[in-house]
Amino acid sequence: MATMTTLNTRLSPLPPATGRAGLRGAIASEFTKIRSVRSTYWTLAALLVVSIGIGAAITGGTEASFSHNPANKAAFDATQISLIAFFEIGQLIIAVIAAMAITSEYSTGMIRTSLTAQPRRGTVYAAKAIVLTSLTLIVSLITSFIAFFVGQALLSSSGVSASLFHSVTIPQNANVTCPQKGLGGGGGGLPPGCKVVFSGTYVISPSTVLLAIIGCALFVTLVAILAFGIGAIVRHTAGAIAIAIAALFIIPVLEQALPNQWRWDIMRFLPDAANRVVSVTIPGSADPHLWSAWPQLGVTALWAAALFAGGAYLFRKRDA
Amino acid sequence: MIEVQGLTKRYGEKTAVDELTFGIEPGKVTGFLGPNGAGKTTTMRCILGLDYPDAGTVTVDGRDYHDLGYPMREVGALLDAKAVHGGRSAYNHLLCLAQTNNLPKRRVGEVLELVGLSEVAKKRSKGFSLGMSQRLGIAATLLGDPRVLMFDEPVNGLDPEGILWIRNLMKALAAEGRTVFVSSHLMSEMEYTADHLIVIGRGKLIADCSMSEFIAGSSGAAVRVRTPMAEELIKGVTAEGATTATDDDGAIEVRGMTAGAVGDIAFDQGIRLHELTTVHASLEEAFMELTASSVEYHAGVPVAATTSGSGA
Repeated sequence: MATMTTLNTRLSPLPPATGRAGLRGAIASEFTKIRSVRSTYWTLAALLVVSIGIGAAITGGTEASFSHNPANKAAFDATQISLIAFFEIGQLIIAVIAAMAITSEYSTGMIRTSLTAQPRRGTVYAAKAIVLTSLTLIVSLITSFIAFFVGQALLSSSGVSASLFHSVTIPQNANVTCPQKGLGGGGGGLPPGCKVVFSGTYVISPSTVLLAIIGCALFVTLVAILAFGIGAIVRHTAGAIAIAIAALFIIPVLEQALPNQWRWDIMRFLPDAANRVVSVTIPGSADPHLWSAWPQLGVTALWAAALFAGGAYLFRKRDA
Repeated sequence: MIEVQGLTKRYGEKTAVDELTFGIEPGKVTGFLGPNGAGKTTTMRCILGLDYPDAGTVTVDGRDYHDLGYPMREVGALLDAKAVHGGRSAYNHLLCLAQTNNLPKRRVGEVLELVGLSEVAKKRSKGFSLGMSQRLGIAATLLGDPRVLMFDEPVNGLDPEGILWIRNLMKALAAEGRTVFVSSHLMSEMEYTADHLIVIGRGKLIADCSMSEFIAGSSGAAVRVRTPMAEELIKGVTAEGATTATDDDGAIEVRGMTAGAVGDIAFDQGIRLHELTTVHASLEEAFMELTASSVEYHAGVPVAATTSGSGA
């Protein structure tokens, strides 16, 4: 390092100040923050790899099952299966990115520097949320569409793939008739000699498919806001991620253990329930105890709003 | 100008800062002195609005820190050089700060040049030494060309070259008419840089005076006298209100009186003197004395009382 013997602290003059430091500068700053750390790129890469890669693996496996048992094609939801890795696992990765957008400021101590530069905390909080939400929405949409197209490409020879460009007809029921009674209908492959007769059809329009793709991206974006709120409340990376995973993944599983009547009443109020509705394109195949896509997304949005607001309140009120 | 009025901050049961009142004036290096845990950092955090006071007010140029139009143009503060995201490059760290206050991008390059970090601008700050981190933190404080600069223990852990650099920087900043407020628990450090001193202990104000007043006013400033007529001299000066103590080697330490006054009394009473010396206490001694007494006091006793008379 160069030794400085003389010190001239005179710098070129600054332009005169007008107004006050506000949201625009804060947004520019938060964008610089999020794009200038490697963890952002690593997690986004993980999101793409997991959502598209695992999505492709699941879709490919399903496609392979068709040759063993064509009956599986009945009421087959090609859109949902291509998106399942994105909205089930990808949401957790998004939750990590979102929680870290705020907890990393605390784990590094950067928050003290940030709030010294811009002491109006509501502005900092809003700027962080705006940058995070925009980034998540864009990345989620891209991921959702790619996962969909990759999945459909793998299913292209099955005859039951979904399409964004034309309506697709999917068989509604499969009736298996076998020469020996009692052998049909069991799990696994179709017994030799059995025949599958499809009856009835579903016509899946491109708009239904589009809504599922976009709906999943919206769901994941709401998850980001929810996890961001948790991050602001607990201010600790591992803690925030653990709570987000519990809320999105573990509680819904534990909830399955409850007696049916309770379970059915509770499940629609959980933040993760929306993903099991928005991703559905086959009429009537969503869980009948859940509301339809938009109200169910509304539930997730309410969770996100409550946690976001709680985080905002504490972010402003507590010592940094 | 920073005004702290009756500042009180508690963390749970512990009172970190207790009804602290002082002001910091421009164009000077004001040293903020106190043992570790005295409440220096807490006071600075309250000034910057990072912590909310339980009582009292803190203003910068008459305004709450939260209400400053462009905070970085008014105050540049470095509380903790390691309070950065280590994964971010020095350049991007400064850029994201500059953007919050609408400061031009070119400024980032300028301050990096000023602190000598241009060559590592694109490097992630994770790998920086403490000295480099300190320079990065100082670069951030200068981004907005602020009139007030605050540094919390800036020389802690630095090598001699880094210490000298920071010392000169603070002097240069004050010479330009800026307000420099710097905390330390190292008295020797203040001796080289500070013009004015604010001393706290256990969250309470102990002294608020110029450096020379601080040294002269402390009981450490004494007159050493050697005389074959010790009894007469002690009688003479104590009659005039001074206190005395006798050293191991027979010299008398007279406190509360100048060497001139002691000489006059000796002359008037025909006392022969073999030595008459003013003994300046070092800042270190003066400080130890003050804070030691503050430690002896227990809660409820106004520690500030010990400073009466220190502002000669």
